[in-house]
Amino acid sequence: MILVYIETRDGKVKRPSLEALSEAKRRAAELGTDVAAVLAGTGLETAGQEVSAYGPAKVILLQNPQLQAYSAQAYGQALAGLIAELKPESVFFSATALGKDLAPRLAARLGVSLASDVTRVAVKGKKLEFVRPIFAGKALLSFRLMTVPQIATLRPNVFSLEPAGAASGEVIKKEAVVTEAEVKGKVVEVLAEKAGEIDVTEAEVIVSGGRGMKAPENFALLKELSAVIPRSAVGASRSAIDSGWIGHAHQVGQTGKTVSPNLYMAFGISGAIQHLAGMSSSKVIVAVNKDPEAPIFKVADYGIVGDLFEVIPALKDELKKIL
Amino acid sequence: MNIFVFVKRVPDTESRIKINHEKKTVEEQGLNFVLGPYDEYAVEEGLRLREAKTGKVTVFSLGPDEALVILRKCLAMGADEAVLIKDAAGETYDGLRTARIIAAALKSKYPAFDLLLFGKQSIGADNAQVPSMVAELLGLPQANVVTKLELDPDKGTALREIEGGEEKLAFSLPAVVSAQKGLNEPRYETLKGIMAAKKKEIPVVTLESLGLKPEELASGIEVTNLEMPEARKAGRTIAGSPADAARELVSLLRNEAKVI
Repeated sequence: MILVYIETRDGKVKRPSLEALSEAKRRAAELGTDVAAVLAGTGLETAGQEVSAYGPAKVILLQNPQLQAYSAQAYGQALAGLIAELKPESVFFSATALGKDLAPRLAARLGVSLASDVTRVAVKGKKLEFVRPIFAGKALLSFRLMTVPQIATLRPNVFSLEPAGAASGEVIKKEAVVTEAEVKGKVVEVLAEKAGEIDVTEAEVIVSGGRGMKAPENFALLKELSAVIPRSAVGASRSAIDSGWIGHAHQVGQTGKTVSPNLYMAFGISGAIQHLAGMSSSKVIVAVNKDPEAPIFKVADYGIVGDLFEVIPALKDELKKIL
Repeated sequence: MNIFVFVKRVPDTESRIKINHEKKTVEEQGLNFVLGPYDEYAVEEGLRLREAKTGKVTVFSLGPDEALVILRKCLAMGADEAVLIKDAAGETYDGLRTARIIAAALKSKYPAFDLLLFGKQSIGADNAQVPSMVAELLGLPQANVVTKLELDPDKGTALREIEGGEEKLAFSLPAVVSAQKGLNEPRYETLKGIMAAKKKEIPVVTLESLGLKPEELASGIEVTNLEMPEARKAGRTIAGSPADAARELVSLLRNEAKVI
């Protein structure tokens, strides 16, 4: 069995978890095993039904009042209990903020090694082989985990999402075991940056600005451009962040976030090696820069040598016509 | 307040990586090694907490003798003590092995602390596993990817970065906290600090002294291949006025690349 942890926020299922579930289904078919999905928290019935449409053999709702607020300790303990019972060969998470926080806690609890931020999963001789970028994408490491269960976090936006069908598998409620004394830390408040804004790691399109944006107020141009593109986000290079033009949550690159959107548009970004490391796995790259020698053009599928202050409004007008 | 900070020696971010295909390792020769960029925020936070609340900052690194260089940098920044946990294994990419060694060293030799600070991840293995694993192995609460930290004598709160916002965590001490960019602005070493750091004795803890079993020291990860990603090819340049170029680009993105 491959067990997939499904993350919810405000009762809604997060798309990267469904990508992980889709990948689990594909690999389980190769291995000749089944897939179970697990959600943890309270009031998960609607989310459980939604997950069921993505085809797991069963959906388990792990419930306990102690799981109402996220706590790596409590969630780790609850999942370890379920794993002891189900004995899955593998456990997948999405490499979201929560997945990156929880999966290592669980792995340590079970005494197993962990495959983090994986971008490819293959079946080799009935075992899984993982590929993950290291040095922020400057090299690719292929490896196997020597311990069972094989726990992995899968990078968002990399694994394709299978379409939902009719809800098929059973949805089972289970009381999770959480020892109150063990919970020494938990989330007490969630502060959303801006309602409806999506993170660069989850965006399908990123419009990103660098030093060539010249001033913080010019990032408004990118926000306006992003506003016409569905599932898009504004990114930035390190120099734009260090100049204080936009918050560090938007930083793409080796000391920021590593992203792989369908489309990455770089405006006024020269393309330093640290920036390329964070975005070169994007499916399509567009570069707009007034310097024809900028290294970013060496990795761009489409380049425009020109003034971004003219190109961005023109692009926005063209996109408005079709989107 | 007794604060421990854990740092790693990593290649600087400008490094171009060379691969030894036979050994499936990254060639160390020619790389410039530095204190991990996120570890710098952790050290700085430790120093600020000590300055605000009194106490002591001890910096630990797990690695080869060469890691003494970054420990001395931390001392020069203002850390009180430094400890090298000597490990000749090289990069194993196995966070659990690292976490087990750190947990064993703390349990057996350095059991008294209020706070364990880490960078949110190394630069290289990029695993972001060790802080959570150490927290679990020691039964401590964790706050990862932290951009703001506030501590009382026996508890604390932290803001941690999540998709599209932040979450506020409350926890008891001792706790594990990993630092994200934005937490603070790390200071430079002072000349006086550099001189004092040179003379400071740095104790060395050996792996043999920690009582770990051979299987606990073995890597749980079997590397099967290490390669460079396929190089991207430069595509086409779109000429014309901004309006014409924008029109053609949108047409190509829709009809050729099919991404919008």
